[in-house]
Amino acid sequence: MNTDTMIFLIRNMVPFMIPLTIVALGGMFSERSGVVNIALEGIMVFGATFGIFFIYFVPDLMSPQLMILAAMGIAIISGVLFSWLHAYASINLKANQTISGTALNLFAFAFHDFLARLITKTGTEGVSFKNVFRIEKIPFFGDIPVLGDLFFKNVYLSTFIGLGILVVASFVLYKTRFGLRLRACGEHPHAADSVGINVNRMRYWGVLISGALAGLGGLVLIIPTTVEYTGTVSGYGFLALAVLIFGQWKPSKIFLAAAFFGLMQVISNSSGLAFFTSLGINKYFYQIVPYLTTLIVLTFTSSKSASPRAAGEPYDQGKR
Amino acid sequence: MKKFLLNAGVQKIFAALLAILFGLVFGIVILFIASFFISKASYPMDALYTIVTGGLRFSGLKGLGIIMRFMSPILLTGLSVGFAFKTGLFNIGASGQFVIGGFVAAYICIKWTFIPLEYLWIVGILGAVIAGGLVGLISGLLKAYRNVNEVISAIMLNYIAMITVSNLVSVIADKNNPSRTMPPLSRIPTLGLDKIFGNNTTDISIFIAILVAILIYIILERTTFGYELKACGYNRNAARYAGINDRLGITLSMTIAGALAGLGGAMVYISSITKVFDSLLTLAPEGFDGISVALLGMSNPLGIIFSAAFIAALKNAGPALSRSGFNEEVVKIMTAVIIYASAFSLIFREKLVQFFTKKGAKK
Repeated sequence: MNTDTMIFLIRNMVPFMIPLTIVALGGMFSERSGVVNIALEGIMVFGATFGIFFIYFVPDLMSPQLMILAAMGIAIISGVLFSWLHAYASINLKANQTISGTALNLFAFAFHDFLARLITKTGTEGVSFKNVFRIEKIPFFGDIPVLGDLFFKNVYLSTFIGLGILVVASFVLYKTRFGLRLRACGEHPHAADSVGINVNRMRYWGVLISGALAGLGGLVLIIPTTVEYTGTVSGYGFLALAVLIFGQWKPSKIFLAAAFFGLMQVISNSSGLAFFTSLGINKYFYQIVPYLTTLIVLTFTSSKSASPRAAGEPYDQGKR
Repeated sequence: MKKFLLNAGVQKIFAALLAILFGLVFGIVILFIASFFISKASYPMDALYTIVTGGLRFSGLKGLGIIMRFMSPILLTGLSVGFAFKTGLFNIGASGQFVIGGFVAAYICIKWTFIPLEYLWIVGILGAVIAGGLVGLISGLLKAYRNVNEVISAIMLNYIAMITVSNLVSVIADKNNPSRTMPPLSRIPTLGLDKIFGNNTTDISIFIAILVAILIYIILERTTFGYELKACGYNRNAARYAGINDRLGITLSMTIAGALAGLGGAMVYISSITKVFDSLLTLAPEGFDGISVALLGMSNPLGIIFSAAFIAALKNAGPALSRSGFNEEVVKIMTAVIIYASAFSLIFREKLVQFFTKKGAKK
């Protein structure tokens, strides 16, 4: 494998790896607080829907970078509001978290199609937008040899935001009182309650943070990878759940797991590359590689799972 | 009356009906809001009438035949998901099991012409059951022996199955007519139902599906085997303590769930429905409809028969909505809201019990 191929792979894995990291970190906050969030996929779709609609309707009013920031803000807010439904069902009403999550997923897909048909000029579910958000070159950093080419030319703002979120998330989870309390609610809510922590409130925080990050992740996935949003994130929400499990619910490992899946996705997309055609492997293998490797990796890493002990169980004060 | 309302089964039916009511109310709201934006829309109440009649106001008896035809595959995927739920597992992989089962059934019915044509469909169905079961088996083994979350493995298998089938479809495709239908003689027999309903897609698959639902009910509620599987779902460790092989239980549960979804695939692909394993890479929606069906039916096989009929009627109403100027997504949104509301059944039942007993819900 020559350096060109290597650079190509690394450059192209970033657009997949960053959203996976963001969404998996969101899932981490939710599960660490004790609520399983299977609705990540739907929240991604929901967040991207509103973010992309914003870009669709206000194309030229502001500069591209400002516009993407505003769209991200909208995606985050819509993600939070949408995940509120999941929080209400699974915390206040003690509903089955899988059912509520599934309902949110169903709703998000249908809602996007409904809305898109209603308000696009073409009346189809595809919403096309112009991708003007790529940054050609970042001053100074772009001039560094090799690294500059890899990470500071033709990049998206979202890459740096994603890395920022990773740092903040690890800090919050491990170095703040909030993080410690959140983790306590996911491991042993009764113990947390007995020392005066409001378990329900902490769980709300966990779910709403996951909504914010999943909404953002949906938009961040769509913008660099397509120019027409059709209301699907191609299973990335579920892939993020796999990343979360593979990453053992820890921020740094989640990042590595996301990098691994990003790489697999790029390999899957680049079967036409000279290096890969020279290997003479069937196209079919490339198509299934991200999913097959996920299965294999989980087969060998799941047995010593460090999942939060109380995840998925509604908190019942009277239950001991 | 009080005793009647405290019966768990009655409460479940009430909860499901309440969820449906909730969905309908939400649907009305959506229709009213949308009618402001759609210039060609007629009255929202007219669209609602289309929905509650399942579209039958336009299509009559023929539509009833179509609903029965829609119903059989989603009844089986619903049973698949519901069976897994009863045994403590979430089978989100019905979609992949469905498409693999459907492909194997189609392959057998097109290629295995050495079998007499009148029995070919039975062999095809058996093939689908085995193939779907094998896909489920993978998830089951991974869960039981390697502690792999069955939701994640099933989702990965969904994609692998979809890609595999779309790669293999050239094996059975007709070069001149890629969207080929089954040769009439190797389809599931119609026994004259197509004449009765004036619709050549109606066949006996609905009766097969209902029979299977009753069979699953008997297995789950009336046999030791079913009891053991459910015990593994309630508490794996307790089941093991009671001498049940919990790993085998989990593996078998997923296998049976997969077999049911695979059978659902056969119901679609060896019928006269022109449904193609196209190269378009989309997951089979029947698998996800199965989740809605199972949740609305509260995972009870007999409840699932009714919820499958309900969801099938909604699906039939979807396209008919365009006559009132609305698009069919309204129906999908309503389904999602109904599922969301059905998640509240626990709290609803607690409140009901609290209301009718002085001491409240806690036993």
